[in-house]
Amino acid sequence: MAVRVIKPGMLTTVQDSGRWGFQARGVPVAGPMDPFSCRLANALVGNDRGAAGLEITLLGPELEFETERVIAVAGAEFDLTLDGRAVPMDAPFVASAESRLRFGARRRGARAYLAIAGGIATLPVLGSRSTHLISAMGGLDGRALRAGDRLVLGDATHTRSTPPAAPRHVPLPDHQARIRVLPGPQADYFSADSLDVLQSAPYVIGQQSDRMGFRLDGPRLTHARGADIISDATPLGVLQVPASGLPILLMADRQTTGGYPKIATVITADIAVAGQLSPGDAISFVVCTPREALAALIAQERALMAVESSPS
Amino acid sequence: MPRIIPAGDSALFVEFEERIDVEVNARTIALADAVQCAEIAGVCDVVPTYRSVAIYFDPLRVDYDALMTRVEHALTRPETRVRTTSAPISIPVCYGGELGPDLASVAAFAHVSEDEVIRLHTSATYRVFMLGFVAGFAYMGIVDRRIAMPRHATPRVRVPLGSVGIAGVQTGIYPAETPGGWQLIGRTPVKPFDPARAEPFLLKAGDAAQFVRIAREEYDRWPSA
Repeated sequence: MAVRVIKPGMLTTVQDSGRWGFQARGVPVAGPMDPFSCRLANALVGNDRGAAGLEITLLGPELEFETERVIAVAGAEFDLTLDGRAVPMDAPFVASAESRLRFGARRRGARAYLAIAGGIATLPVLGSRSTHLISAMGGLDGRALRAGDRLVLGDATHTRSTPPAAPRHVPLPDHQARIRVLPGPQADYFSADSLDVLQSAPYVIGQQSDRMGFRLDGPRLTHARGADIISDATPLGVLQVPASGLPILLMADRQTTGGYPKIATVITADIAVAGQLSPGDAISFVVCTPREALAALIAQERALMAVESSPS
Repeated sequence: MPRIIPAGDSALFVEFEERIDVEVNARTIALADAVQCAEIAGVCDVVPTYRSVAIYFDPLRVDYDALMTRVEHALTRPETRVRTTSAPISIPVCYGGELGPDLASVAAFAHVSEDEVIRLHTSATYRVFMLGFVAGFAYMGIVDRRIAMPRHATPRVRVPLGSVGIAGVQTGIYPAETPGGWQLIGRTPVKPFDPARAEPFLLKAGDAAQFVRIAREEYDRWPSA
């Protein structure tokens, strides 16, 4: 009852819905960069939404299944083959015993999610199997997968029947994306025109970007009260702005607290879009309303629930 | 009055006065405790810091009005719990030498002997203001002004687990091997964070802590060292 790693890919990690509940003790949340696609993959194989799967980054792995399992891949679009035969994205299929799944060319997006019926059963740390790379916590010894690793799987008998293929609700960005933000929590720490500056031109994701955050290059923002604050909490998707005036978009592996003012926060629905970007890609920020943010999230929730409750 | 501001669609910040202050910090912790204890469905994390509380929630599951009512009610109560009821948590530290490579420079900074730095660091009872940076890292204060040396301009690439450092009026223990810029004056054999332990965390916000000097032999013989 395991998956063997033949080739690890560029950065493949075990992720579930994240290590929530311990940020007051300094424990980062981690979890998927694109939570929508991770949950979709789990829904497609009949897993609970919090089951652990693999996050696959840019260059995919080659995996061998010891036993037969229903699996599905969602998120970034890859050419997928099972024992050399093409298999679809966003749809469940059976990987028979000793079969090999190969991720080939990537067409669009940055991160794909592989869900396996029964989930990956690495040891949970503080209630979660998510890998946090910097602190070497969770997943498989807190690190990315290596060739020769063996991932033990959970019991697949309790999973729901699998639904048919699901049309993808969140479009994959093609190297550029429009990302909606809500102002705050500290927009008033910046000059009055800063939200206009933020929306005035695209920001390019720098090479020193990873699961912790995206360093952005574009129009510089001006602090009104200095670039240092007394450290406070750092939500997923927040844009913190150090002295350089260039924002950093905080993502899944962010620290729990930070000492820079935060001008705006990406809406939850658009985290799924941001999570499909990689260095060199461009983001156009657009300020939206709380009502629009909630409507977008409800639309995503409906799409996911349709798959989660779908009979086969 | 504290201000309540949204951060995106899934978090609320309650900000108190922007200063490092025991009373302000006590109010944030009391508010965080009140929200935590209310067990409001959809609230997934509550994070008190020096002077603010972040409340993380699932906007599709939370009863937003119930959450706001709870926050506003908690804010009207004068109770702040400045004093901790429990005795200070005692943390053994072996100071100086290879375990505290910056002790000499802190002594030079303060124009006192190394022993006097140790005496000043161990004589105060510190408050845990917040945790952050990495799992189990507690920001403690307030360090005696005389030894409140600023952090290194260039952080060390690798700070060993258990290192005890000073950064201005803050003091803390590195719970893992990480990069770090604090002035390292000693090392504790006690792990601030150990996920395998029944209680993984040594400290929480609001705790009181005191450092106790131990000799090198004692450090080496410590069961968990």
